Amino acid sequence: MREVIPLTKNDLINAVAAHGLSKRQSAAVVESVFDLVSKCFEREEDVKIVGFGHFRIRKKASRRGRNPQTGSSIEISARKVLTFKPSKGLKARINQ
Amino acid sequence: MTKADLIDEVAKVSNLTKKESETIVNTVFDNITGALAKGDKVELRGFGSFRIRQRNARKGRNPKTGTGVSVPEKRVPFFKVGKRLRELVNA
Repeated sequence: MREVIPLTKNDLINAVAAHGLSKRQSAAVVESVFDLVSKCFEREEDVKIVGFGHFRIRKKASRRGRNPQTGSSIEISARKVLTFKPSKGLKARINQ
Repeated sequence: MTKADLIDEVAKVSNLTKKESETIVNTVFDNITGALAKGDKVELRGFGSFRIRQRNARKGRNPKTGTGVSVPEKRVPFFKVGKRLRELVNA
């Protein structure tokens, strides 16, 4: 069986460097891409990448939950969660 | 924020032209897509991870007509938010 090696930021940096940037410069740019996207989420702004997908911040209301171990009822506080909806293009590429 | 906005912002912070930034932003997302298409996992520290989930074939129903249809098995991309980003969003 093939060993599963995940694609990491380092692979993205190498791919960017292949376009003629230095390794150092590529690392800085790749880092800034994810930083800029993260900053949007911090401002509760959605991020839409055509052909890839749509990242959305969803607000969850507080609700009563149960501790599955003890069965005691607890309050789950209101929170914001990030969801990703893949675009048609991405779904199509993956099922090719 | 759209991809065009992201390209503008990347150009601003990295002193690259818009054209160069566009190439880089496209390279990043194309490589993530490529890895997922091969069935590989993508791990971006502090951000999150992308992987493929297998959906088995099932019997579905056309909600409009009520006729039964078989839905073939398929693979769907799945994003798991990283711890740091999850905390950032919920701060």
